[in-house]
Amino acid sequence: MTVSESTTDALVRVRGLHFSHGPRVIYDGVDVDIARGKVTAIMGPSGTGKTTLLRIIGGQWRPNAGSVHFDGVDVHGLRRAPLYELRKRMGMLFQNGALLTDLTVFENIAFPMREHTQLPESMIRDLVLMKLEAVGLRGARDLYPSQLSGGMSRRVGLARAIALDPQLVMYDEPFAGQDPISMGVLMRLIRSLNDALGLTSIVVSHDVEEVLSISDQAYVIAGGKVLAHGTPEAIRNSGSPYVEQFLRGQPDGPVAFHYKAAPYAQDLMAGVRT
Amino acid sequence: MNGVWTVLSGMLQGLGRAQFFLVSILGAIPAALLRPRLLAQQVYAVGVMSLIIIVISGSFVGMVLALQGYRTLVDFGAAESLGVFVAIVIVRELGPVVTALLFAGRAGSALAAEIGLMRATDQLSGMEMMAVDPIKRVIAPRFLAGVIAMPLLAMIFALMAIGVAGGHAVGVDLLGVDDGAYWSQIHAKLHWDDIRDSLIKSVVFGAAVSWIAVYQGYHAAPTSEGVSRATTSTVVVSSLAILALDFILTAFMFR
Ligand SMILES: Nc1ncnc2c1ncn2[C@@H]1O[C@H](COP(=O)(O)OP(=O)(O)OP(=O)(O)O)[C@@H](O)[C@H]1O
Ligand SMILES: [Mg+2]
Repeated sequence: MTVSESTTDALVRVRGLHFSHGPRVIYDGVDVDIARGKVTAIMGPSGTGKTTLLRIIGGQWRPNAGSVHFDGVDVHGLRRAPLYELRKRMGMLFQNGALLTDLTVFENIAFPMREHTQLPESMIRDLVLMKLEAVGLRGARDLYPSQLSGGMSRRVGLARAIALDPQLVMYDEPFAGQDPISMGVLMRLIRSLNDALGLTSIVVSHDVEEVLSISDQAYVIAGGKVLAHGTPEAIRNSGSPYVEQFLRGQPDGPVAFHYKAAPYAQDLMAGVRT
Repeated sequence: MNGVWTVLSGMLQGLGRAQFFLVSILGAIPAALLRPRLLAQQVYAVGVMSLIIIVISGSFVGMVLALQGYRTLVDFGAAESLGVFVAIVIVRELGPVVTALLFAGRAGSALAAEIGLMRATDQLSGMEMMAVDPIKRVIAPRFLAGVIAMPLLAMIFALMAIGVAGGHAVGVDLLGVDDGAYWSQIHAKLHWDDIRDSLIKSVVFGAAVSWIAVYQGYHAAPTSEGVSRATTSTVVVSSLAILALDFILTAFMFR
Protein backbone atom coordinates (compact mmCIF):
# COMPACT_ATOMS: atom_id res chain seq x y z
CA MET A 1 0.00 0.00 0.00
CA THR A 2 1.39 3.39 -0.94
CA VAL A 3 1.14 6.57 1.04
CA SER A 4 -1.08 8.29 -1.51
CA GLU A 5 -3.48 5.40 -1.32
CA SER A 6 -3.73 5.69 2.42
CA THR A 7 -4.49 9.39 2.23
CA THR A 8 -7.07 9.23 -0.51
CA ASP A 9 -8.91 6.03 0.36
CA ALA A 10 -9.75 5.98 3.98
CA LEU A 11 -9.87 8.88 6.40
CA VAL A 12 -10.11 6.44 9.28
CA ARG A 13 -8.40 3.07 9.11
CA VAL A 14 -8.95 0.60 11.93
CA ARG A 15 -6.82 -2.53 11.90
CA GLY A 16 -6.95 -5.63 14.08
CA LEU A 17 -8.93 -3.91 16.82
CA HIS A 18 -9.18 -5.77 20.11
CA PHE A 19 -10.96 -4.17 23.03
CA SER A 20 -12.41 -5.43 26.30
CA HIS A 21 -14.25 -3.90 29.21
CA GLY A 22 -12.73 -5.94 32.00
CA PRO A 23 -13.48 -9.57 31.20
CA ARG A 24 -16.07 -8.68 28.57
CA VAL A 25 -14.63 -8.76 25.05
CA ILE A 26 -16.18 -6.06 22.89
CA TYR A 27 -13.92 -6.26 19.82
CA ASP A 28 -12.08 -9.33 18.75
CA GLY A 29 -10.07 -8.39 15.70
CA VAL A 30 -11.97 -5.86 13.62
CA ASP A 31 -10.91 -3.95 10.51
CA VAL A 32 -12.88 -0.88 9.50
CA ASP A 33 -12.22 1.66 6.75
CA ILE A 34 -14.11 4.92 6.75
CA ALA A 35 -13.88 6.23 3.21
CA ARG A 36 -13.00 9.87 2.77
CA GLY A 37 -15.88 12.07 1.72
CA LYS A 38 -18.43 9.29 2.15
CA VAL A 39 -21.20 8.49 4.59
CA THR A 40 -20.54 5.22 6.38
CA ALA A 41 -23.28 3.52 8.37
CA ILE A 42 -22.44 1.38 11.36
CA MET A 43 -25.16 -0.99 12.45
CA GLY A 44 -25.38 -3.75 14.97
CA PRO A 45 -27.34 -5.02 17.92
CA SER A 46 -27.62 -2.91 21.05
CA GLY A 47 -24.63 -3.34 23.36
CA THR A 48 -22.39 -4.60 20.59
CA GLY A 49 -19.90 -1.77 20.92
CA LYS A 50 -20.78 0.88 18.35
CA THR A 51 -20.43 3.75 20.78
CA THR A 52 -17.25 2.11 22.00
CA LEU A 53 -15.88 2.14 18.47
CA LEU A 54 -16.54 5.88 18.13
CA ARG A 55 -14.82 6.57 21.45
CA ILE A 56 -11.83 4.52 20.35
CA ILE A 57 -11.62 6.41 17.07
CA GLY A 58 -11.76 9.66 19.04
CA GLY A 59 -8.88 8.48 21.21
CA GLN A 60 -10.89 8.47 24.44
CA TRP A 61 -10.43 4.78 24.97
CA ARG A 62 -7.32 2.82 24.11
CA PRO A 63 -7.55 -0.53 22.30
CA ASN A 64 -5.93 -3.60 23.85
CA ALA A 65 -4.40 -4.37 20.49
CA GLY A 66 -4.63 -3.04 16.96
CA SER A 67 -4.42 0.46 15.59
CA VAL A 68 -6.55 3.39 14.51
CA HIS A 69 -5.20 5.80 11.91
CA PHE A 70 -6.88 9.11 11.25
CA ASP A 71 -5.67 10.74 8.06
CA GLY A 72 -2.51 8.64 8.28
CA VAL A 73 -1.84 9.52 11.94
CA ASP A 74 -1.83 6.82 14.60
CA VAL A 75 -4.45 8.16 17.03
CA HIS A 76 -3.29 6.16 20.03
CA GLY A 77 0.39 6.88 19.44
CA LEU A 78 -0.19 10.59 19.99
CA ARG A 79 0.64 12.46 23.14
CA ARG A 80 -2.01 14.56 24.78
CA ALA A 81 -1.45 17.88 23.00
CA PRO A 82 -1.37 16.54 19.43
CA LEU A 83 -4.34 14.29 20.22
CA TYR A 84 -6.32 17.38 21.22
CA GLU A 85 -5.22 19.08 18.01
CA LEU A 86 -6.44 16.07 16.06
CA ARG A 87 -9.81 16.14 17.81
CA LYS A 88 -10.43 19.64 16.54
CA ARG A 89 -10.84 17.94 13.18
CA MET A 90 -13.50 15.58 14.51
CA GLY A 91 -17.02 16.30 15.64
CA MET A 92 -19.07 13.89 17.67
CA LEU A 93 -22.74 13.72 18.43
CA PHE A 94 -23.12 11.79 21.66
CA GLN A 95 -25.95 9.35 22.05
CA ASN A 96 -27.58 11.51 24.74
CA GLY A 97 -26.44 14.86 23.38
CA ALA A 98 -23.93 15.46 26.21
CA LEU A 99 -24.84 19.14 26.29
CA LEU A 100 -23.33 21.36 28.96
CA THR A 101 -26.21 21.80 31.36
CA ASP A 102 -25.16 25.19 32.72
CA LEU A 103 -25.17 26.80 29.27
CA THR A 104 -28.07 27.72 26.99
CA VAL A 105 -28.56 26.03 23.63
CA PHE A 106 -26.92 29.03 21.97
CA GLU A 107 -23.91 28.97 24.29
CA ASN A 108 -23.54 25.22 23.89
CA ILE A 109 -23.02 25.60 20.17
CA ALA A 110 -20.87 28.67 20.60
CA PHE A 111 -18.74 26.78 23.13
CA PRO A 112 -16.28 25.10 20.72
CA MET A 113 -16.04 28.32 18.69
CA ARG A 114 -15.23 30.38 21.77
CA GLU A 115 -12.69 27.81 22.96
CA HIS A 116 -10.86 27.35 19.69
CA THR A 117 -11.29 30.47 17.60
CA GLN A 118 -10.86 34.20 17.98
CA LEU A 119 -13.97 34.99 15.95
CA PRO A 120 -15.75 38.24 16.78
CA GLU A 121 -19.01 37.94 18.70
CA SER A 122 -21.14 38.98 15.72
CA MET A 123 -19.72 36.21 13.57
CA ILE A 124 -20.16 33.61 16.30
CA ARG A 125 -23.78 34.69 16.56
CA ASP A 126 -24.32 34.27 12.83
CA LEU A 127 -22.62 30.89 12.73
CA VAL A 128 -24.57 29.58 15.72
CA LEU A 129 -27.87 30.74 14.25
CA MET A 130 -26.99 29.06 10.95
CA LYS A 131 -26.27 25.76 12.68
CA LEU A 132 -29.46 26.06 14.73
CA GLU A 133 -31.51 26.89 11.66
CA ALA A 134 -30.18 23.76 9.98
CA VAL A 135 -31.53 21.57 12.79
CA GLY A 136 -34.73 23.60 13.09
CA LEU A 137 -34.10 24.92 16.58
CA ARG A 138 -33.26 28.58 16.03
CA GLY A 139 -36.24 29.45 18.21
CA ALA A 140 -34.93 27.32 21.08
CA ARG A 141 -31.65 29.18 21.41
CA ASP A 142 -32.34 30.57 24.89
CA LEU A 143 -33.53 27.33 26.43
CA TYR A 144 -31.40 25.32 28.81
CA PRO A 145 -30.70 21.63 28.08
CA SER A 146 -33.04 20.60 30.91
CA GLN A 147 -35.87 22.30 29.01
CA LEU A 148 -35.34 20.23 25.85
CA SER A 149 -36.83 16.90 24.87
CA GLY A 150 -34.53 13.99 24.10
CA GLY A 151 -34.88 14.44 20.36
CA MET A 152 -34.26 18.19 20.62
CA SER A 153 -31.14 17.65 22.74
CA ARG A 154 -29.77 15.33 20.12
CA ARG A 155 -30.39 17.89 17.39
CA VAL A 156 -28.58 20.55 19.41
CA GLY A 157 -25.77 18.05 19.92
CA LEU A 158 -25.69 17.58 16.17
CA ALA A 159 -25.46 21.32 15.59
CA ARG A 160 -22.62 21.47 18.08
CA ALA A 161 -20.80 18.54 16.47
CA ILE A 162 -20.60 20.47 13.19
CA ALA A 163 -19.89 23.83 14.83
CA LEU A 164 -16.25 23.93 13.79
CA ASP A 165 -16.83 22.36 10.35
CA PRO A 166 -14.78 19.27 11.19
CA GLN A 167 -13.35 16.82 8.67
CA LEU A 168 -14.99 13.82 10.29
CA VAL A 169 -18.38 13.82 11.99
CA MET A 170 -19.43 10.86 14.10
CA TYR A 171 -23.15 10.67 14.73
CA ASP A 172 -24.15 8.29 17.51
CA GLU A 173 -27.82 7.48 16.93
CA PRO A 174 -28.89 10.82 15.49
CA PHE A 175 -32.36 9.51 14.66
CA ALA A 176 -33.28 8.08 18.04
CA GLY A 177 -36.31 9.82 19.47
CA GLN A 178 -37.06 11.84 16.33
CA ASP A 179 -40.51 12.09 14.82
CA PRO A 180 -40.80 11.14 11.11
CA ILE A 181 -40.53 14.76 9.96
CA SER A 182 -37.38 15.66 11.88
CA MET A 183 -35.96 12.28 11.00
CA GLY A 184 -36.34 13.04 7.31
CA VAL A 185 -34.83 16.48 7.81
CA LEU A 186 -31.88 15.07 9.74
CA MET A 187 -31.25 12.39 7.13
CA ARG A 188 -31.11 14.97 4.37
CA LEU A 189 -29.04 17.26 6.59
CA ILE A 190 -26.40 14.63 7.27
CA ARG A 191 -26.21 13.75 3.60
CA SER A 192 -26.09 17.33 2.37
CA LEU A 193 -23.57 18.47 5.00
CA ASN A 194 -21.39 15.61 3.93
CA ASP A 195 -21.60 16.52 0.25
CA ALA A 196 -21.63 20.32 0.49
CA LEU A 197 -18.79 20.65 2.98
CA GLY A 198 -16.83 17.64 1.79
CA LEU A 199 -17.01 15.98 5.20
CA THR A 200 -16.67 12.36 6.08
CA SER A 201 -19.48 10.97 8.16
CA ILE A 202 -19.99 7.95 10.38
CA VAL A 203 -23.60 7.29 11.29
CA VAL A 204 -24.45 4.79 13.98
CA SER A 205 -28.09 3.88 13.80
CA HIS A 206 -30.68 1.20 14.41
CA ASP A 207 -32.98 2.57 11.74
CA VAL A 208 -31.65 0.21 9.14
CA GLU A 209 -33.57 1.26 6.04
CA GLU A 210 -33.25 4.98 6.75
CA VAL A 211 -29.54 4.92 7.41
CA LEU A 212 -28.83 2.66 4.46
CA SER A 213 -30.72 5.04 2.21
CA ILE A 214 -28.29 7.88 2.93
CA SER A 215 -25.03 5.94 3.16
CA ASP A 216 -22.42 5.02 0.62
CA GLN A 217 -21.04 2.22 2.71
CA ALA A 218 -22.16 0.19 5.68
CA TYR A 219 -20.76 -2.09 8.35
CA VAL A 220 -22.77 -4.61 10.31
CA ILE A 221 -21.03 -5.44 13.58
CA ALA A 222 -22.02 -8.13 16.06
CA GLY A 223 -20.28 -10.32 18.59
CA GLY A 224 -17.02 -8.43 18.32
CA LYS A 225 -16.68 -9.06 14.59
CA VAL A 226 -17.60 -7.36 11.35
CA LEU A 227 -20.41 -9.48 9.90
CA ALA A 228 -20.73 -7.65 6.64
CA HIS A 229 -19.55 -4.54 4.92
CA GLY A 230 -19.92 -2.93 1.58
CA THR A 231 -22.43 -0.77 -0.29
CA PRO A 232 -26.01 -0.67 0.98
CA GLU A 233 -26.99 -2.86 -2.00
CA ALA A 234 -24.39 -5.44 -1.13
CA ILE A 235 -25.54 -5.45 2.49
CA ARG A 236 -29.16 -5.92 1.53
CA ASN A 237 -28.26 -8.81 -0.75
CA SER A 238 -25.50 -10.30 1.34
CA GLY A 239 -27.37 -13.56 1.80
CA SER A 240 -25.79 -14.00 5.21
CA PRO A 241 -28.36 -15.25 7.71
CA TYR A 242 -26.93 -12.93 10.40
CA VAL A 243 -27.34 -9.85 8.31
CA GLU A 244 -30.69 -11.02 7.05
CA GLN A 245 -31.95 -11.41 10.59
CA PHE A 246 -30.64 -8.01 11.59
CA LEU A 247 -32.11 -6.20 8.60
CA ARG A 248 -35.49 -7.82 9.03
CA GLY A 249 -35.48 -7.48 12.81
CA GLN A 250 -36.29 -11.09 13.57
CA PRO A 251 -35.86 -12.23 17.16
CA ASP A 252 -34.86 -15.77 16.22
CA GLY A 253 -31.78 -16.42 14.19
CA PRO A 254 -28.05 -16.68 14.50
CA VAL A 255 -27.70 -13.33 16.31
CA ALA A 256 -28.67 -13.63 19.94
CA PHE A 257 -31.17 -11.00 21.03
CA HIS A 258 -30.32 -11.79 24.66
CA TYR A 259 -27.28 -10.62 26.56
CA LYS A 260 -25.16 -13.71 27.26
CA ALA A 261 -26.83 -15.73 30.04
CA ALA A 262 -27.42 -19.19 31.46
CA PRO A 263 -30.29 -21.14 29.84
CA TYR A 264 -33.64 -19.59 30.76
CA ALA A 265 -35.19 -22.71 32.30
CA GLN A 266 -32.09 -23.36 34.37
CA ASP A 267 -32.09 -19.76 35.59
CA LEU A 268 -35.74 -19.92 36.64
CA MET A 269 -35.26 -23.26 38.37
CA ALA A 270 -32.26 -21.90 40.27
CA GLY A 271 -34.66 -19.77 42.28
CA VAL A 272 -36.56 -22.84 43.48
CA ARG A 273 -35.22 -23.93 46.86
CA THR A 274 -35.72 -27.55 47.84
CA MET B 1 -17.84 3.71 61.96
CA ASN B 2 -17.79 1.11 59.24
CA GLY B 3 -18.64 3.76 56.68
CA VAL B 4 -15.82 5.98 57.87
CA TRP B 5 -13.41 3.07 57.58
CA THR B 6 -14.56 2.24 54.05
CA VAL B 7 -14.17 5.84 53.03
CA LEU B 8 -10.76 6.03 54.69
CA SER B 9 -9.37 2.89 53.08
CA GLY B 10 -10.84 3.94 49.75
CA MET B 11 -9.12 7.27 50.24
CA LEU B 12 -5.79 5.57 50.92
CA GLN B 13 -6.13 3.50 47.76
CA GLY B 14 -7.03 6.57 45.80
CA LEU B 15 -4.23 8.66 47.29
CA GLY B 16 -1.78 7.90 44.52
CA ARG B 17 -4.38 8.67 41.89
CA ALA B 18 -5.36 11.80 43.79
CA GLN B 19 -1.76 13.03 43.87
CA PHE B 20 -1.39 12.44 40.18
CA PHE B 21 -4.65 14.32 39.67
CA LEU B 22 -3.38 17.22 41.78
CA VAL B 23 -0.25 17.42 39.66
CA SER B 24 -2.31 17.72 36.49
CA ILE B 25 -4.53 20.37 38.12
CA LEU B 26 -1.48 22.37 39.17
CA GLY B 27 -0.18 22.05 35.62
CA ALA B 28 -3.43 23.58 34.37
CA ILE B 29 -3.38 26.51 36.82
CA PRO B 30 -1.44 28.89 34.53
CA ALA B 31 -4.08 28.31 31.85
CA ALA B 32 -6.80 29.02 34.41
CA LEU B 33 -5.08 32.24 35.45
CA LEU B 34 -5.09 33.38 31.84
CA ARG B 35 -8.90 33.37 31.90
CA PRO B 36 -9.70 35.74 34.75
CA ARG B 37 -13.39 35.98 33.87
CA LEU B 38 -13.92 32.24 34.15
CA LEU B 39 -12.04 32.24 37.44
CA ALA B 40 -13.94 35.23 38.80
CA GLN B 41 -17.23 33.49 37.99
CA GLN B 42 -16.15 30.47 39.99
CA VAL B 43 -14.88 32.48 42.96
CA TYR B 44 -18.18 34.32 42.94
CA ALA B 45 -20.12 31.06 42.73
CA VAL B 46 -18.38 29.30 45.63
CA GLY B 47 -18.08 32.50 47.64
CA VAL B 48 -21.70 33.53 47.36
CA MET B 49 -22.83 29.96 47.95
CA SER B 50 -21.14 29.90 51.35
CA LEU B 51 -21.48 33.55 52.37
CA ILE B 52 -24.78 33.48 54.25
CA ILE B 53 -23.98 30.36 56.22
CA ILE B 54 -20.56 31.80 57.12
CA VAL B 55 -22.00 35.12 58.28
CA ILE B 56 -24.68 33.49 60.41
CA SER B 57 -22.32 30.93 61.92
CA GLY B 58 -19.73 33.60 62.63
CA SER B 59 -22.30 35.64 64.55
CA PHE B 60 -23.43 32.71 66.66
CA VAL B 61 -19.92 31.54 67.42
CA GLY B 62 -19.07 35.11 68.44
CA MET B 63 -22.04 35.29 70.80
CA VAL B 64 -21.26 31.95 72.40
CA LEU B 65 -17.63 32.91 72.90
CA ALA B 66 -18.66 36.19 74.49
CA LEU B 67 -20.90 34.40 76.97
CA GLN B 68 -18.48 31.61 77.77
CA GLY B 69 -15.46 33.85 77.84
CA TYR B 70 -17.11 36.43 80.09
CA ARG B 71 -18.26 33.80 82.61
CA THR B 72 -14.74 32.46 82.90
CA LEU B 73 -12.83 35.72 82.83
CA VAL B 74 -15.03 37.66 85.22
CA ASP B 75 -14.13 35.28 88.05
CA PHE B 76 -10.54 36.40 87.66
CA GLY B 77 -11.55 40.01 87.41
CA ALA B 78 -10.26 40.02 83.87
CA ALA B 79 -13.47 40.74 81.98
CA GLU B 80 -11.78 43.46 79.96
CA SER B 81 -9.53 40.76 78.41
CA LEU B 82 -12.60 39.31 76.71
CA GLY B 83 -11.60 40.97 73.45
CA VAL B 84 -8.23 39.27 73.30
CA PHE B 85 -9.70 35.95 74.30
CA VAL B 86 -12.30 36.06 71.54
CA ALA B 87 -9.93 37.43 68.93
CA ILE B 88 -7.20 34.90 69.55
CA VAL B 89 -9.51 31.91 69.66
CA ILE B 90 -11.23 33.03 66.49
CA VAL B 91 -8.20 34.09 64.50
CA ARG B 92 -5.94 31.21 65.43
CA GLU B 93 -8.41 28.34 65.48
CA LEU B 94 -12.12 28.66 65.05
CA GLY B 95 -12.06 31.05 62.12
CA PRO B 96 -10.17 28.85 59.68
CA VAL B 97 -11.44 25.52 61.05
CA VAL B 98 -15.15 26.28 61.33
CA THR B 99 -15.14 28.16 58.02
CA ALA B 100 -13.44 25.24 56.32
CA LEU B 101 -15.91 22.73 57.78
CA LEU B 102 -18.84 24.85 56.62
CA PHE B 103 -17.16 25.40 53.27
CA ALA B 104 -16.74 21.64 52.82
CA GLY B 105 -20.38 21.04 53.65
CA ARG B 106 -21.72 23.79 51.44
CA ALA B 107 -19.36 24.45 48.53
CA GLY B 108 -17.31 21.22 48.55
CA SER B 109 -20.29 18.93 48.33
CA ALA B 110 -21.92 21.06 45.64
CA LEU B 111 -18.70 21.05 43.64
CA ALA B 112 -18.37 17.27 43.84
CA ALA B 113 -22.00 16.81 42.81
CA GLU B 114 -21.69 19.23 39.90
CA ILE B 115 -18.59 17.57 38.50
CA GLY B 116 -19.88 14.07 39.18
CA LEU B 117 -23.04 14.85 37.29
CA MET B 118 -21.02 16.24 34.41
CA ARG B 119 -19.18 12.92 34.33
CA ALA B 120 -22.39 10.88 34.51
CA THR B 121 -24.02 12.80 31.64
CA ASP B 122 -20.98 12.57 29.32
CA GLN B 123 -20.38 16.32 29.52
CA LEU B 124 -16.72 15.73 30.39
CA SER B 125 -16.31 13.22 27.54
CA GLY B 126 -18.09 15.67 25.29
CA MET B 127 -15.57 18.36 26.13
CA GLU B 128 -12.67 16.00 25.53
CA MET B 129 -14.07 15.21 22.10
CA MET B 130 -14.39 18.93 21.41
CA ALA B 131 -10.67 19.12 22.15
CA VAL B 132 -11.35 21.06 25.34
CA ASP B 133 -9.42 19.70 28.29
CA PRO B 134 -11.88 19.41 31.19
CA ILE B 135 -9.02 19.69 33.67
CA LYS B 136 -8.20 23.12 32.26
CA ARG B 137 -11.73 24.27 31.57
CA VAL B 138 -13.68 22.82 34.50
CA ILE B 139 -11.43 21.48 37.22
CA ALA B 140 -8.54 23.94 37.57
CA PRO B 141 -10.71 27.11 37.77
CA ARG B 142 -12.94 25.51 40.40
CA PHE B 143 -9.97 24.31 42.42
CA LEU B 144 -8.32 27.70 42.28
CA ALA B 145 -11.58 29.43 43.16
CA GLY B 146 -11.79 27.35 46.33
CA VAL B 147 -8.24 28.25 47.29
CA ILE B 148 -9.01 31.95 46.80
CA ALA B 149 -12.46 31.98 48.37
CA MET B 150 -11.58 30.15 51.60
CA PRO B 151 -9.31 32.85 53.13
CA LEU B 152 -11.83 35.53 52.16
CA LEU B 153 -14.62 33.59 53.82
CA ALA B 154 -12.50 32.87 56.90
CA MET B 155 -11.79 36.57 57.18
CA ILE B 156 -15.48 37.39 56.97
CA PHE B 157 -16.20 34.75 59.57
CA ALA B 158 -13.58 36.18 61.93
CA LEU B 159 -14.78 39.76 61.52
CA MET B 160 -18.38 38.71 62.12
CA ALA B 161 -17.49 36.67 65.19
CA ILE B 162 -15.24 39.27 66.79
CA GLY B 163 -17.61 42.10 65.91
CA VAL B 164 -20.72 40.37 67.15
CA ALA B 165 -19.00 39.11 70.28
CA GLY B 166 -17.90 42.66 70.97
CA GLY B 167 -21.31 44.11 70.28
CA HIS B 168 -22.92 41.50 72.45
CA ALA B 169 -20.52 41.82 75.35
CA VAL B 170 -20.58 45.59 75.28
CA GLY B 171 -24.20 46.12 74.41
CA VAL B 172 -25.90 43.61 76.68
CA ASP B 173 -26.33 45.13 80.16
CA LEU B 174 -25.65 41.85 81.81
CA LEU B 175 -22.07 41.67 80.64
CA GLY B 176 -21.22 45.34 80.45
CA VAL B 177 -17.67 45.05 79.19
CA ASP B 178 -16.01 48.40 78.52
CA ASP B 179 -16.10 49.27 74.83
CA GLY B 180 -12.66 50.84 74.75
CA ALA B 181 -11.05 47.99 76.64
CA TYR B 182 -12.49 45.37 74.30
CA TRP B 183 -11.00 46.86 71.17
CA SER B 184 -7.76 48.26 72.58
CA GLN B 185 -6.89 44.89 74.09
CA ILE B 186 -7.42 43.23 70.73
CA HIS B 187 -5.30 45.89 69.14
CA ALA B 188 -2.51 45.44 71.66
CA LYS B 189 -2.41 41.66 71.95
CA LEU B 190 -3.35 40.30 68.56
CA HIS B 191 -0.20 40.04 66.45
CA TRP B 192 0.31 40.07 62.75
CA ASP B 193 1.80 36.60 63.13
CA ASP B 194 -1.58 35.35 64.26
CA ILE B 195 -3.29 36.81 61.25
CA ARG B 196 -0.64 35.45 58.91
CA ASP B 197 -0.89 31.97 60.40
CA SER B 198 -4.66 32.15 60.19
CA LEU B 199 -4.43 32.99 56.49
CA ILE B 200 -1.99 30.16 55.88
CA LYS B 201 -4.38 27.78 57.56
CA SER B 202 -7.34 28.90 55.51
CA VAL B 203 -5.43 28.67 52.25
CA VAL B 204 -4.28 25.14 53.11
CA PHE B 205 -7.80 24.11 54.12
CA GLY B 206 -9.24 25.69 50.98
CA ALA B 207 -6.79 23.76 48.82
CA ALA B 208 -7.51 20.51 50.67
CA VAL B 209 -11.29 20.80 50.44
CA SER B 210 -11.23 21.85 46.78
CA TRP B 211 -8.80 19.11 45.87
CA ILE B 212 -10.92 16.46 47.61
CA ALA B 213 -14.14 17.78 46.06
CA VAL B 214 -12.92 17.94 42.46
CA TYR B 215 -11.20 14.58 42.82
CA GLN B 216 -14.32 12.90 44.19
CA GLY B 217 -16.50 14.46 41.51
CA TYR B 218 -14.17 13.73 38.63
CA HIS B 219 -13.73 10.09 39.62
CA ALA B 220 -17.33 9.47 40.61
CA ALA B 221 -19.00 6.39 39.16
CA PRO B 222 -21.24 7.66 36.32
CA THR B 223 -24.49 6.86 38.13
CA SER B 224 -26.76 8.69 40.54
CA GLU B 225 -25.42 6.51 43.34
CA GLY B 226 -21.86 7.36 42.34
CA VAL B 227 -22.62 11.07 42.49
CA SER B 228 -24.26 10.81 45.88
CA ARG B 229 -21.33 8.82 47.18
CA ALA B 230 -18.92 11.44 45.85
CA THR B 231 -20.73 14.22 47.75
CA THR B 232 -20.80 12.26 50.99
CA SER B 233 -17.14 11.29 50.78
CA THR B 234 -16.23 14.88 50.02
CA VAL B 235 -17.76 16.07 53.27
CA VAL B 236 -16.44 13.19 55.38
CA VAL B 237 -12.92 13.13 53.98
CA SER B 238 -12.64 16.94 53.92
CA SER B 239 -13.73 17.26 57.54
CA LEU B 240 -11.20 14.69 58.69
CA ALA B 241 -8.50 16.28 56.56
CA ILE B 242 -9.25 19.74 57.96
CA LEU B 243 -8.98 18.59 61.55
CA ALA B 244 -5.81 16.58 60.91
CA LEU B 245 -4.18 19.41 58.96
CA ASP B 246 -5.16 21.86 61.68
CA PHE B 247 -3.33 19.78 64.24
CA ILE B 248 -0.22 19.55 62.06
CA LEU B 249 -0.19 23.24 61.19
CA THR B 250 -0.84 24.31 64.77
CA ALA B 251 2.02 22.11 65.98
CA PHE B 252 4.37 23.86 63.57
CA MET B 253 3.09 27.38 64.15
CA PHE B 254 3.11 27.45 67.95
CA ARG B 255 6.20 25.51 68.82
N1 LIG C 1 -17.67 2.04 30.99
C1 LIG C 1 -17.97 0.75 30.75
N2 LIG C 1 -17.53 -0.21 31.58
C2 LIG C 1 -17.81 -1.50 31.35
N3 LIG C 1 -18.53 -1.94 30.31
C3 LIG C 1 -19.00 -1.04 29.46
C4 LIG C 1 -18.76 0.36 29.63
N4 LIG C 1 -19.34 1.02 28.62
C5 LIG C 1 -19.93 0.10 27.86
N5 LIG C 1 -19.73 -1.15 28.35
C6 LIG C 1 -20.18 -2.41 27.77
O1 LIG C 1 -19.69 -2.42 26.45
C7 LIG C 1 -20.65 -2.94 25.57
C8 LIG C 1 -20.73 -2.06 24.35
O2 LIG C 1 -21.24 -0.81 24.74
P1 LIG C 1 -21.61 0.30 23.67
O3 LIG C 1 -22.11 1.48 24.42
O4 LIG C 1 -20.43 0.51 22.79
O5 LIG C 1 -22.77 -0.42 22.86
P2 LIG C 1 -23.59 0.13 21.62
O6 LIG C 1 -23.30 -0.77 20.49
O7 LIG C 1 -23.33 1.57 21.42
O8 LIG C 1 -25.08 -0.13 22.08
P3 LIG C 1 -26.39 0.78 21.83
O9 LIG C 1 -26.83 0.51 20.47
O10 LIG C 1 -27.36 0.24 22.85
O11 LIG C 1 -26.00 2.19 22.09
C9 LIG C 1 -21.94 -3.04 26.34
O12 LIG C 1 -22.27 -4.40 26.42
C10 LIG C 1 -21.68 -2.50 27.69
O13 LIG C 1 -22.16 -3.41 28.65
MG1 LIG D 1 -24.34 3.25 21.73
